[in-house]
Amino acid sequence: MKTAVASLLASVAVSTVLASPAAAQHAGHSLAEPQQSADAKTKCEEEVARHRAMGHPVTDGACEPAAQPEAAMDHSKMGHMAMDHGSMPQGRPAEGAIDHSQMNHGDMGQSETDTSSMDNGQMDHSQMNHGQTGSQVMQGMDHSAMQMGSNADIPLLPPPPEAGSGPARAAVSIWGEQAMAEARQELIRETNGGTRFWFQGDRFEYQARKGADGYFWEIQGYYGGDIDKFWFRSEGEGVFGNKVEKAEVQGLWSHAIAPFFDFQAGIRQDLTGPERTYAVVGFQGLAPYKFEVTGAAFVSNTGDLTARLEGELDQKITQRLILQPRAEINLSAQDVPELGIGAGIDRFETGIRLRYEFAREFAPYVGISQGWRLGRSADFARAAGEDPSVTNYVVGIRFWF
Amino acid sequence: MGLLGLAGVVPAWARGGDLLSGVARKGFDEVSGSNIDLTVARSAFSTGNKRGGAIAVNGSIPGPLLRLREGTTVRLNVHNQLEEDTSIHWHGLLVPFQLDGVPGVSFPGIKPGETFTAEFPVRQSGTYWWHSHSGLQEQAGHYGPIVVDPAVPDPVQADREYIVVLSEFSETDPNVLYEKLKKSADYFNYEQPTWTDDYPLSGAQRRNWARMRMSPVDILDITGSTFTYLINGHGPADNLEFNFQPGERVRLRFINSGAATYFNIRIPGLPMTVVQADGQNVEPVEVDEFQIGIAETYDVIVTPDNDAAYTLVAESMDRSGMGIATLASAPGARAAIPPLRDPPLLTMADMGMGGMAGMAGMGGGSESMPGNSSGQGAARPGMRDTSRLPADVEVGPGLAMVSANPVDRTGDPGVGLSDVPHRTLDYRKLRSLTPNVDRRTPSRRMEIHLTSNMERYMWSFDGKKFSAVSDEPIRFAYNERVRVKLINDTMMTHPIHLHGHFFELVNGAPADRQPLKHTVNVQPGGSVEFDLTADEPGDWAFHCHILYHMVAGMFQIVSVANPVGEGA
Repeated sequence: MKTAVASLLASVAVSTVLASPAAAQHAGHSLAEPQQSADAKTKCEEEVARHRAMGHPVTDGACEPAAQPEAAMDHSKMGHMAMDHGSMPQGRPAEGAIDHSQMNHGDMGQSETDTSSMDNGQMDHSQMNHGQTGSQVMQGMDHSAMQMGSNADIPLLPPPPEAGSGPARAAVSIWGEQAMAEARQELIRETNGGTRFWFQGDRFEYQARKGADGYFWEIQGYYGGDIDKFWFRSEGEGVFGNKVEKAEVQGLWSHAIAPFFDFQAGIRQDLTGPERTYAVVGFQGLAPYKFEVTGAAFVSNTGDLTARLEGELDQKITQRLILQPRAEINLSAQDVPELGIGAGIDRFETGIRLRYEFAREFAPYVGISQGWRLGRSADFARAAGEDPSVTNYVVGIRFWF
Repeated sequence: MGLLGLAGVVPAWARGGDLLSGVARKGFDEVSGSNIDLTVARSAFSTGNKRGGAIAVNGSIPGPLLRLREGTTVRLNVHNQLEEDTSIHWHGLLVPFQLDGVPGVSFPGIKPGETFTAEFPVRQSGTYWWHSHSGLQEQAGHYGPIVVDPAVPDPVQADREYIVVLSEFSETDPNVLYEKLKKSADYFNYEQPTWTDDYPLSGAQRRNWARMRMSPVDILDITGSTFTYLINGHGPADNLEFNFQPGERVRLRFINSGAATYFNIRIPGLPMTVVQADGQNVEPVEVDEFQIGIAETYDVIVTPDNDAAYTLVAESMDRSGMGIATLASAPGARAAIPPLRDPPLLTMADMGMGGMAGMAGMGGGSESMPGNSSGQGAARPGMRDTSRLPADVEVGPGLAMVSANPVDRTGDPGVGLSDVPHRTLDYRKLRSLTPNVDRRTPSRRMEIHLTSNMERYMWSFDGKKFSAVSDEPIRFAYNERVRVKLINDTMMTHPIHLHGHFFELVNGAPADRQPLKHTVNVQPGGSVEFDLTADEPGDWAFHCHILYHMVAGMFQIVSVANPVGEGA
């Protein structure tokens, strides 16, 4: 996508104008697009001719392209009100190119303004009565860029008392209170963003590794509206042929607190091993650079404090082939021997998955993940006859509906 | 999909109803006279190899052309044969507010099996359209054209005329389309930056976009990945043909009846002279391409002469698809169909940093450049400096961006058109053909911010969904003249429609020639101003005409006080 000429020129114009305020006055009558600068020039020349016919002196060359780059300027931002016409270079501006509407001639006060240096002695602004200009009066001048009333003249105000107050009820007197109340409620319901159910199997996978192969799931979902949702998630794993090794479910209230982040709070229940219930406080959202991040702190019914932080990133190779690196770290404030948890960094896991979105909702993937148990946690693992470092080759599907 | 949320709205056909019964006809009949019947019914539709449920009016999609005459009175009987409420809004017609057809604002809606009659004097002429204002019915096919012939000789003379209704068709139910957007806002976008794309973006630029959690290709929510773009109900494969005799002046009345698509219109080899915008005559302006916002209308005159056939191209703004028709001097004559052009990228100006392009030392529109081109971040304006917002804008999760410098973009032809090698239309080129009546300087100004969070697919005015302000309409005194500034704090173009009125675009034209519009595009990160004379008493809908933005909350009521004090 090359050259948006208008914007480019506008930016040039900004710097030009900053350097030379008076020059900006040329632009008023030629709002033509840059690609039509030849056309604009012609218009300018016509303008000049008209002004000459009116008896205004106009210097030769006033329509030369030097004046053209400003064509795309936004005059409403320029603050003509504050301009000192006396500072204009002698004979430079074509009178016809001045944007009269911005000048507020009524306030200028001829006596305070040194117009003589503009060399327009024959033009008496006070008699032109710009304030009341209807197009008929000025037809011959074709003030093509003229706007009635610049914003500086129009106050930013709330509605006057005559505008009324309270809810909009005009239709009530015609169609009846009840019929309109029902329809209004339906309209509000229809336009409030709605309430919906979302379910995602984020990782539903087969894990091949040294020793017995296993399986793993991580699902999440919500039911709710734009701001408040009931959020649930579950993850678990096991080895084929044996009963589930680890499984947990969480039920959370998820509340949007920022454009890209939700606050979450609720409970977690472990479904395997020693029975544990946790209070959960956390967040979920999209960090700068589009990292999807989730973090939660857990306090168990036995008083143990642990935390989990996850991040993943979608890297599109093509529109449908997506590489997703992810990392997860589990922390603990104390040893929890019966759960094999060691204080400090309990476990760290990183992985990369390559998925193909046959549909947005359905994407098989392959990948590799590596988990480490660290410190005391590694000791617990070894004591249980497990390897603290595990590499998984994974195949799975990611889906949602 | 969407098990719980959707169960109640899945239509009969999607639950296994007979698709063969009542397949809608493509194209439309003309209905005219003083008494017109319109029957809204469930239907099915197919184009190309796509087929799905639809809503048809009088059995066709689009529904019938209402051909009215200025100065007459018309009685329109709307029969609802759906299993749900319906409505018809006469888009652009000046009618008493209670007949304007917006359930919950102007009337209660039309119940299943009931008939609603709207009888009103036709006060104007021009090209308009009608559509449902209930839920997402419009997307399903519930729309059609209106042409009002003037009471006096038409200043626009033509040898023949065609109506060109632009729209979309998806096999997927509109409620499901909306559901997908709410769950995954970029669901339909298959033009996203990837490792293998050929977008002219540097690594630093890509990282900057990612840092902002925004996308340079966030141009249309729903794309050609699901839409088939229709012209008069005909998909590209349907070979729609408009005949002409060489040398004739042909008037094309373009109506964008799409629910979510901006179209770029061009007829390669044939200049178009725009003579009317939103039903109001304008001074003729010749262009080679123009962008038509959702719900806008443009009438153009073309004089095909040299070639046997010309291709009329209606390319979606994101260039993911196009509607096609042929202007043919002999049946079957065809011209080349141009390929889709490369998708455009959003620019600094689209991020609300229009005037800052020069400052940061980069080419604004010439290249897409969030942040500094060198990636050093020297001149990175904040993307959400909420201190720039007035107090009445609610700062919450629904507001992800604040335009740092929302410049007037009426001189911009629209996303993707600033660098095409031919003449384009922009709002500053529009001038009313005849002088406007009200030349008062507005007595006050007001500002409305267009706000969103694309990630959550939340859309609103001033950070507040309609549900938050349903008891606080935007109020005007009767006959008050107000300058309204719309400031776009999002990276999408929004077609903002005020019911019941024409407003005058403040576009640099003399006060009496500011073009009259019922719908105005507010370009990404930019602003637009209009002067409104609030002289139509009653309650009126005011909303973004991207259907999915409207239902997501970008909707308000404008209440114009009644001069005799009743009802308001």
